[in-house]
Amino acid sequence: MSWLKKLKSGLGKTSARVTASLGAVLGRKGIDAASLEEVEDALISADLGTAAAAELAERMRKHKFEGEVSASALAAALSDGITDILAPVAQPLLPDETHRPHVVLLVGVNGSGKTTTAGKLAQQWVQAGKKVTLAAGDTFRAAAIDQLKIWGERTGTAVVAGTQGGDAAALAYQALEQSRADGTDILIIDTAGRLQNRSELMDELSKIVRVIRKLDDTAPHDSVIVLDGTVGQNAISQVSAFREVADVSGLIVTKLDGSAKGGVVIALAEAFGLPVHAVGVGEGADDLQPFEARDFANALAGVSEE
Amino acid sequence: MFDSLKDKLQDVFSGLGKRGALREADVDAALREVRLALLDADVALPVVKSFMSRVREQAVGVEVLKAVRPDQQVIKIVNDVLVDVLGGEAAPLNVAVNPPAVILMAGLQGSGKTTTAGKLALRLRTKERKKVMLASLDVTRPAAREQLRVLGEQAEVGVLPEADRESPAQIAKRALQAASLQGFDVVILDTAGRVTIDEGLMAELREIKALTNPHEILLVADAMTGQDAVTTAAAFNDAVDITGIVLTRLDGDARGGAALSMREITGRPIKYAGVGEKQEALEEFDPARMAGRILDMGDVVALVEKAAETIEAEEAERLAKRMAKGQFDMNDFLSQLRQLQKMGGLGGIMGMLPGLGKMQKQIAAAGIDDSMIKRQEAIILSMTKKERRSVGLLNASRRKRIAAGSGTSVQEVNRLVKQYQDMAKMMKKLGGKSGAAMMKALAGGGMGGLGGALGGMGGGMGGGMPNGMKGGPGGLPGLPGGLPGLGGKPSGKKK
Repeated sequence: MSWLKKLKSGLGKTSARVTASLGAVLGRKGIDAASLEEVEDALISADLGTAAAAELAERMRKHKFEGEVSASALAAALSDGITDILAPVAQPLLPDETHRPHVVLLVGVNGSGKTTTAGKLAQQWVQAGKKVTLAAGDTFRAAAIDQLKIWGERTGTAVVAGTQGGDAAALAYQALEQSRADGTDILIIDTAGRLQNRSELMDELSKIVRVIRKLDDTAPHDSVIVLDGTVGQNAISQVSAFREVADVSGLIVTKLDGSAKGGVVIALAEAFGLPVHAVGVGEGADDLQPFEARDFANALAGVSEE
Repeated sequence: MFDSLKDKLQDVFSGLGKRGALREADVDAALREVRLALLDADVALPVVKSFMSRVREQAVGVEVLKAVRPDQQVIKIVNDVLVDVLGGEAAPLNVAVNPPAVILMAGLQGSGKTTTAGKLALRLRTKERKKVMLASLDVTRPAAREQLRVLGEQAEVGVLPEADRESPAQIAKRALQAASLQGFDVVILDTAGRVTIDEGLMAELREIKALTNPHEILLVADAMTGQDAVTTAAAFNDAVDITGIVLTRLDGDARGGAALSMREITGRPIKYAGVGEKQEALEEFDPARMAGRILDMGDVVALVEKAAETIEAEEAERLAKRMAKGQFDMNDFLSQLRQLQKMGGLGGIMGMLPGLGKMQKQIAAAGIDDSMIKRQEAIILSMTKKERRSVGLLNASRRKRIAAGSGTSVQEVNRLVKQYQDMAKMMKKLGGKSGAAMMKALAGGGMGGLGGALGGMGGGMGGGMPNGMKGGPGGLPGLPGGLPGLGGKPSGKKK
């Protein structure tokens, strides 16, 4: 199953809703207020938030449709609107060969899927012929180190790990040192999940960044926040706080194979304009896919492309 | 935890301002804003809709209390409906059964099931003195069973040893057998998390449920969940008929609308709240407290409840105006004293005002107490109508008569008159300087006036008052601004 299919099966519910509301405007010239409100509601139900939803609905109101408005025409217009917002931020994660190694730091709140994402990224880059090292920087959660080690075995990747309860910053430093020594292309540093309003935990994260920079002041080259696709408007607070502390440079959105729509990426794109690197659409290593603005927009708006 | 929603609602209601009565238009204006605030707090759309109609139903046509502004009344109604939707009363865990009690943990990936299982085990062991066993049925996530084992050791509870190549159902069976044999009171089954639309997971959960007959099936859900909360909750509830919800990461800054969504959609109680990383950080969910936090108006709600019965806002406003014009007479003074009494006296008001609690002692030391207010009331009541309007008439013989009539002494009458004069002087001075500043000082209408009355009393008491309580147009510092919205103008946070 292609990622798009998975995404669409997950987004099916939203699409059904949007399509249903679009049905109501069939055969009319222009869109009436009630139908617009339904479109807006459907977008809110996809986690766009009230502001982004209102903005898109407003766009639909102003949109010049040719002749009578059909459901498919409105869906297409909606998809265009979403694509306009997302296209600039759809940028894959591309390690730079000149960095020795290219350091990718994964941050985010608890349970967003950092460790799994670290494993999946390792798998993909190993398959692409890169030498990858994983650093088990989540020294807090019980068995997080074991979880990453299992990914290391699966993907044939070296794992630098300390002990549970150890100093994550020291571990990151050690991992970078070791990666330099053994010629690693890409170092992926997993970190413990932390809520963005816990300042003492955020301080720990900024310490990790500081310590890495002692060895390489351009690192981390990618500081990626991993967001749970089911998250609501709190994602904005998360990105804002992690960007401040860890210079977040891009996002990966996980768990989009569920019934959640991940519409908050649209609100995030408008608020921060940070690149969306990839989306997680399943549990397999290959289920981490580059983010495609048009595909996502089509799936969300319920555009069928046969 | 619900800060942002709090702020929003405060903005909403401070914008409503003073209106005569709780009309349909007022309600609708407020509800439009409440709706947006709830949506931005991630309350799911269908839940927002049903919530709004409940509030509207209760708000429109309600007998309007003269004493409060429409927005305050709406706050109260929103608050009440919120408490109602969130669950009414605390719902304890059903573990008082023929052992072993079986608790099944279910939820999405990353919702915090395993962590919560560990916390719950610790809680049951320490608070309920139960012998608890943890068993992980998660054969999917790498190291999930290892994680539960570590957590079990930290909580000092039993953990079912791992065995190779068992299905979740087989592990569940083995766990129950082991728990019975080894005399465990409670066995907590942690399951694999997947995504809601995964039929395989739901089938697996149904199978485990059929096998183990759990006494509790707890849906563990992330408080940061967005609109999908309804889908998740409904899917799990339809599949296994959950008995309760545990909301995790309530220590985060998410507005947590998911709580409302899931509670409303499933009709099941939220039993616990995860509030931190430590194993002890699991609290009983308290709907009333939660609603108070959502609205950030716990104090105001209490105050409104009291004020609703007592303060007459229009009267307060009238007084404020008269004071501004320097027309404040003994009748007005009396009216203020009575309002003060209705609000539970000095102690009652002080208790409701944050930061003023510690001043209570000083006030008591100055001899200002509620019995004094009663005596002052009696003194004024013993004056003729003419005397009340014009204090200048009070010569020695009149004062003697008043003292006799009120069962007080001439000294006390003198003190009251002095107090009144001081206050009137102070107001005149202020009014002369700047009428606008005066009005500002009196923001909050009646309460500002009340503060003035108290300040006057302090002066009249012969300087017994601590410095901080003297002078100042409000007399009692903090009273005018500190009693949000009791009188005329909203004095809460305003943008």
